[in-house]
Amino acid sequence: MNQKRTFFTVLVLMALIGILTAVLRHTISGTPFFPGQSTSVWLVEARVDFEATGGPVTASLSLPGLKTPGFALYEEQAASPGYGFSILEENGNRRAEWTKREATGEQSLYYSAHLVESDQDNSSDVGEPTGENRNVAWEAAQELAAKEVLDRARETSSSPQSLTRELIKLLNSPASNQNTALLRSDNIDQAELVMNLLGREDIATRSVMGLYLEDARRRQTLTPMIEIHTGREWLLVNPQTDEVGIPPNLLLWHRGGVSVLDVSGGGKSQVAFSMIKQTVPAAQLANVQNSGSIFSRLGVHGLPIEEQSMFKFLLLLPLGAAVVVFMRVMIGLKTSGTFMPILIALAFLQTSLIPGLISFISVVAMGLALRSYLSRLNLLLVARIATLIVLVIFIISALSIIGYQLGYSTGMTITFFPMIIIAWTIERMSILWEEEGSQEVLIQGGGSLVVAVLAYLIMQTQLLNHLTFNFPELNLVLLALILAMGQYTGYKLTELRRFRAMDEL
Amino acid sequence: MSKRWISLRRLRQLGMLGMNCRNVDFINRYNDRKLFPLVDNKLKTKLLAQEYDVPTPSLRCVVREQHEISHIERQLADMDSFALKPAKGSGGKGIVVVIGRKGDDFVRSSGALLGLADIRRHMSNILAGLYSLGGASDVAIVEDLVAFDDCFSGYSYEGVPDIRIIVFQGYPVMAMLRLATHASDGKANLHQGAVGVGLSLDDGHCLNAVQFSKSVKTHPDTERPLSDIQVPGWRDILVLAAQCYDMTGLGYIGTDLVLDKALGPQLLELNARPGLSIQVANGRGLLPRLRHIEGLTGRRRLSPEQRVDYCMRHFVAVGGQSQPGIL
Repeated sequence: MNQKRTFFTVLVLMALIGILTAVLRHTISGTPFFPGQSTSVWLVEARVDFEATGGPVTASLSLPGLKTPGFALYEEQAASPGYGFSILEENGNRRAEWTKREATGEQSLYYSAHLVESDQDNSSDVGEPTGENRNVAWEAAQELAAKEVLDRARETSSSPQSLTRELIKLLNSPASNQNTALLRSDNIDQAELVMNLLGREDIATRSVMGLYLEDARRRQTLTPMIEIHTGREWLLVNPQTDEVGIPPNLLLWHRGGVSVLDVSGGGKSQVAFSMIKQTVPAAQLANVQNSGSIFSRLGVHGLPIEEQSMFKFLLLLPLGAAVVVFMRVMIGLKTSGTFMPILIALAFLQTSLIPGLISFISVVAMGLALRSYLSRLNLLLVARIATLIVLVIFIISALSIIGYQLGYSTGMTITFFPMIIIAWTIERMSILWEEEGSQEVLIQGGGSLVVAVLAYLIMQTQLLNHLTFNFPELNLVLLALILAMGQYTGYKLTELRRFRAMDEL
Repeated sequence: MSKRWISLRRLRQLGMLGMNCRNVDFINRYNDRKLFPLVDNKLKTKLLAQEYDVPTPSLRCVVREQHEISHIERQLADMDSFALKPAKGSGGKGIVVVIGRKGDDFVRSSGALLGLADIRRHMSNILAGLYSLGGASDVAIVEDLVAFDDCFSGYSYEGVPDIRIIVFQGYPVMAMLRLATHASDGKANLHQGAVGVGLSLDDGHCLNAVQFSKSVKTHPDTERPLSDIQVPGWRDILVLAAQCYDMTGLGYIGTDLVLDKALGPQLLELNARPGLSIQVANGRGLLPRLRHIEGLTGRRRLSPEQRVDYCMRHFVAVGGQSQPGIL
């Protein structure tokens, strides 16, 4: 009895510590308890990788302007041990420069920027039509081809803007004729080609590198874009889609003909971007300076963004685990595999519910059909499961491809399901089928799905999502709850039904 | 019109043991994990039983390796009837019962004939782990066939009637007779449709019988009235069950026994996670009895016989009705 009391005291203490820490964090750092009371801030991280050759190293990365259309930069920092770092301004372009006397081997440099979505529309950039000078030496045949393409585009257009659009349409048209093929023969990219052609028409152009911001993306690259001068202002054009204007989630990272990344003293250099959308209260935005507080250091926000996006999912797992414990211990629902439902729920988070459910059920059903043949082959367990994994991968690839060909891009999301878990699920269900009959399979499979859907619904709740990510300490409360349920010795809900015959005796 | 649910209060009043309570308060507390293999492996149970002089169908041979199967006919030569089982099988899976010979063939209990090749393939499947939990490799055991006592004739359809007794800390606390039915396909598992007959602990007569959690009066296939059941030699059966505690050291076990015509009660297998349906068959909950045993003092020095006598005196039920004050 005494032991039990200590146990529950510890649990209550644990929950209290969690709640108190959360309240403290709320009051000190001003992180809101509810989502929506805050501005969304994009945390974008650029990671420069290269292999240093041993001598002095200078790495220079182009940076976005302090004010770019749609975004305002309010904080930036660089992390790179042992390197000198400074931000330079060269004729309107900002560049980050890392320097070191001696470096060998793989090097990783980080630059991260906090960008606030700003509403003010400063997209109309009135500037001098001083574009990049484009004197391209075309070969005679290409010269002719360029002229012909431009003639056709000019015929169906009325302004520099519409000319550009028609030009891109011509280049993109699937019935691509010899002319466009000839123009592409130098293997230059579309943006470059469009700019070269527009240069012949005396339309001023600038090359721009844009970054599409999507929450929790990693290893993204810059998308080449072009800007044309219409005579009054600069206009952004997507050379792939002929879309004019700046899309709302596009960050203009780099402008002008200079290279995005320059590394001297190293080779194999590349830059990749990760990004995450955070909710930061307006108050915190105002006093960014006091970011040295213990809470910002102890929070997940202190990690590189690449890890943060992973934590967003990791910190949701305790919620799912608590749901599973509750459903099994208190309700008494049978599931196949203890924590399989959480993994399915995680996959649902990526695929969204209905497509996820449909694809999961179809993969498992097909797997079961194939497995029934396997059981006739009398294979050893390990080989049987390995075979199932391969078959599951086949099924998933087939479904993705068929889905894609039919025009459902959601077909691709099937790949988010944990294949090995699915293979095990199929194996278990198939054994269950042979031993206990199809009814038990339906009970356990249905139970798993009910728990998975419930866990999904809870995990995708905005409020809980926000709380677990911004207040990781609240997971202590969940832990206490799970431990408490682990000591529950009362009846399960299903036992009230199972023992109903006792009433008649 | 039967009710769909039973109230929480009524369950508590009946002292029904729930799954959570069984796991936390009894299995986790009284069953040492490292002792589990003793009961999960029928071969180990059997060897242990022989060591402790607990009667069990005698072991004729064990097949551990694939190559032993090729000359198995020499081992089986002098056996007319036997039972072939996987050591780690559960729920009666993989058991082949041979009741006689016909030329070179073996006659199964169902009357079907098995060739030597069929026996070999079945043994090979057992060794590969086809019937063991999780497919772990296994051994095949061949043991003497139990000659079932006639007292249950007409009460079991196709299968083996066995007696399940829950033994808590060496005290038999509840007993049930399990009768195979057509619906259970010859198996004695209640959730598969076998009939469970609750047995009174003082003399082994029928208290109540259920099938699929519903009360039944007669055996569904043979129509024999179940209330006539009276197990002979009841005290010996309880003593045998009680001995299993001293033998394994597991505090909370289910013992499965059968009655042999000549040899009397025999231990078939043990279960470290016995099910809860025995309570429905008996029409009363286990908890009051378990708590009563937990509250006993000075029980260390008691012999199995003394413990059985204690239970036969105290756990008496009157009729099929549970009454206040009677455990």
